[in-house]
Amino acid sequence: MLASDGKYAVIGTRPIRPDGADKVTGRALYGADFYTAGLLHAKFLRSPHAHAVIKSIDTSRAEGLPGVHAVVTAKDLPDVADGQVDLGEGASNVRNLQRNILARDKALYKGHAIAAVAADSPHIAEQAVALIDVKYEVLPAVLTAPDAMADGAPILHDDLRTEEFGEQTDKVSNVAEHFQYQNGDVERGFADADVVVEREFNTATVHQGYIEPQVTSVLWNNDGRIQIWTSTQGSFTVRKEVAQVLDLQESRIKVTPMEIGGGFGGKIPSYLEPPLALLSKKSACPVKAVMTRKEVFEATGPTPGSYIKVKIGADREGRITAAQAHLAYEAGGFPGSPVSAGAKCIFAPYDIANLLVDGYDVVVNKPKTQAYRAPGATNAAFATEQIVDEIAEQLGMDPVEFRLGNAAKEGTRRADGPVFPRIGCEQVLEAIKSHPHYNAPLGGPNRGRGVAVGYWFNVGLQSSVTLSVNYDGIVSLVEGSTDIGGTRASIGMQAAEALGIPAEDVQATVVDTDSIGKTDVTGGSRTTYATGWAAYKAAEDVKNQMIERAAMVWEVAADSIEAVDGVYRSKADPELKMSFKELAGELDETGGPIVGRGTVDAGGVGAGGGSFSGNIVDVEVDPDTGKVQIRRVTAVQDAGKAIHPSYVEGQMQGGSVQGIGWALNEEYFMNDDGTMANSTLLDYRMPISLDLPMIDTVIVEIPSATHPYGVRGVGEANIVPPPAAVANALYRATGVRLERLPMNPVAIVEGMWSKAG
Amino acid sequence: MATVFIPPLMQSLTDGQTTVEVAGSTVREIINNLEEIHPGTKERLVDKFRMKSNISVAVDGEVTPIGMLEKVGENTEVHFLPAIGGGVSAPREETPRSPRTGY
Repeated sequence: MLASDGKYAVIGTRPIRPDGADKVTGRALYGADFYTAGLLHAKFLRSPHAHAVIKSIDTSRAEGLPGVHAVVTAKDLPDVADGQVDLGEGASNVRNLQRNILARDKALYKGHAIAAVAADSPHIAEQAVALIDVKYEVLPAVLTAPDAMADGAPILHDDLRTEEFGEQTDKVSNVAEHFQYQNGDVERGFADADVVVEREFNTATVHQGYIEPQVTSVLWNNDGRIQIWTSTQGSFTVRKEVAQVLDLQESRIKVTPMEIGGGFGGKIPSYLEPPLALLSKKSACPVKAVMTRKEVFEATGPTPGSYIKVKIGADREGRITAAQAHLAYEAGGFPGSPVSAGAKCIFAPYDIANLLVDGYDVVVNKPKTQAYRAPGATNAAFATEQIVDEIAEQLGMDPVEFRLGNAAKEGTRRADGPVFPRIGCEQVLEAIKSHPHYNAPLGGPNRGRGVAVGYWFNVGLQSSVTLSVNYDGIVSLVEGSTDIGGTRASIGMQAAEALGIPAEDVQATVVDTDSIGKTDVTGGSRTTYATGWAAYKAAEDVKNQMIERAAMVWEVAADSIEAVDGVYRSKADPELKMSFKELAGELDETGGPIVGRGTVDAGGVGAGGGSFSGNIVDVEVDPDTGKVQIRRVTAVQDAGKAIHPSYVEGQMQGGSVQGIGWALNEEYFMNDDGTMANSTLLDYRMPISLDLPMIDTVIVEIPSATHPYGVRGVGEANIVPPPAAVANALYRATGVRLERLPMNPVAIVEGMWSKAG
Repeated sequence: MATVFIPPLMQSLTDGQTTVEVAGSTVREIINNLEEIHPGTKERLVDKFRMKSNISVAVDGEVTPIGMLEKVGENTEVHFLPAIGGGVSAPREETPRSPRTGY
């Protein structure tokens, strides 16, 4: 379904970002900038143990400290019904969400919140936190999925029994869930193979690394209404979470999203809002909390470490005959890792008749994992794309040609069963193959080039947009999607395209939950897709109303008028025509304001077919130290239709940078007792601009079959292939296959020593 | 008739059949009719009147947010998939109702 022939006046251009001036001048208002009269400051007491029974909590000394207004613990939370709360890009069990926000009987990871204090200043709150007396019975911690699955492992939840696709087993276990995908006959497929490669991979826990920490202010007003000002990816999601955790009526809560300093999936769940609401109720004052970086690492949701075993077979002609995978993902202290998504994506780029995939969701004594840009898929691609590379080498084939020969296309059945609609996997691979980078000389020793591809879904969900036509022809656009990656521009441009007016004539504003219809989270690569679609529908509504007004002005029938490229004209009389701006000037005398509305329920996971992405990466390895220099990176991605190409390129570059950091340096370095040894940004080493070259980008445009402009979400798939592409490049440079993330200098040197014997 | 793909871990209930042709115009009717053909399947998928919170249903390739309410046409493919946190959405019909507020 395409709204035009693909020729656009606004879409595909690169207008100046509307939020740029405020952000570069420091005037944009973030959560930390919020202030109101009587504001108190909150601090949290957090568990020093990764696994412990909470025997008692005594808050009396803290409550008696001058300047302290309130203290809350899990006792202050209401009993809530069990069930799921949909966070948009991930669902959580409400009871577990509550217990993650404030530990009730057990601390399940170091940093697990035990109590919160509101005081006149952050310093008094810190003093008070130190006066809370908690008695623990410390238990042994278990930190990886294989260890947690082993017989005799410490059990996190006495009531957790493994569920086997809807069937509750009797075994108390750290494995919350096991599922399986199967197509064809995998044993026969491997029997038909001439080459079979099998390897085991381990990936470390990594954090999204958003620069702005979690920050929230809450006022529980005297009238029972709650106001929240927060840094979030979804204001309506916060509203729903707080309502369900505190057992309140959702519409009594108003959430104002402040500007957001990064999220990448990590700012979907609530951590601060419910305790701050309770503190505000107790103190009758507004309460604010800003997490420290240490709290961000230790007490918010990173993406899981994982253990993955992959086996792939192919025949001499280069056809993959069978594939098998076993994925065990760490969920953190409560069930709910993205292993299902990883399992759906692990073989997504390939058309494989025979495959078998087993997935395990495993609780461990680490923070509850949350979404991080294509959650689960990067771990999976790190494994599969190395095996694919190795098979191509053994068959003597070019690795891109081998992938092309097996590439998924429209009609290919995915590992989890459904068939792909129109997708751009082959076109991404063709773009890699034809890029000058792919065949450029490496130019020196100890250098290698790797390629990899990956996939991530689109999520549809619900969005709302209103458009108000000002009498000077400028259109005010109101929407509820937090703008993380430039969506004010991409949504406004879709409205402008539909109205036939310049992008600059649409002014987009993100508003609070009382001021716009339900809008789901900015996540799942959905915002430009779904909220942009709502903007398109709102613009169509405006166009129809404008035609009615033109009919009044000209005293003709509305159906005799058409709107083409922003000009309203009579189909019969060429003299009767007005621009959008001219017609807007007539509104005052033809009935007053025009407000257009657009809402969509744009479907669930898989809407639009998703996006494929690929990377070419050149590395140079210092053979003495194992230090890796990234020499050249090219990112290729199917955007369906790039609304604002600069933003799409920015997403591709950002995803590549995060993926390369994940590949080479980033990890939760855990001590045996479950403490994180590197919970600062000095020790948790994310890439900076000096670490990387300019990343070249190629946007492939294979329109999605569902969106009016063919849009696909582009926020996530670009992080999927980089670690595998780096690994394949390191193999070419060193001859060593690295099966563990991160591939830091120690791992590389040890691998080279091992190879040298 | 819709083609229902039976998850591998449920195929013991369908005598090893990987797909079953089932009549019905909604996911709810499909599940009820599948239960008639292969008893025990509904219990694995449904909790009272809703899809189980950790199971989602895809109709013609797309996970539906409205679960058992989703319409099913002729020649439709129906897949039951794990719906767990981190990258997928729970069915919207699964939103819990609080005993206190009834919300």
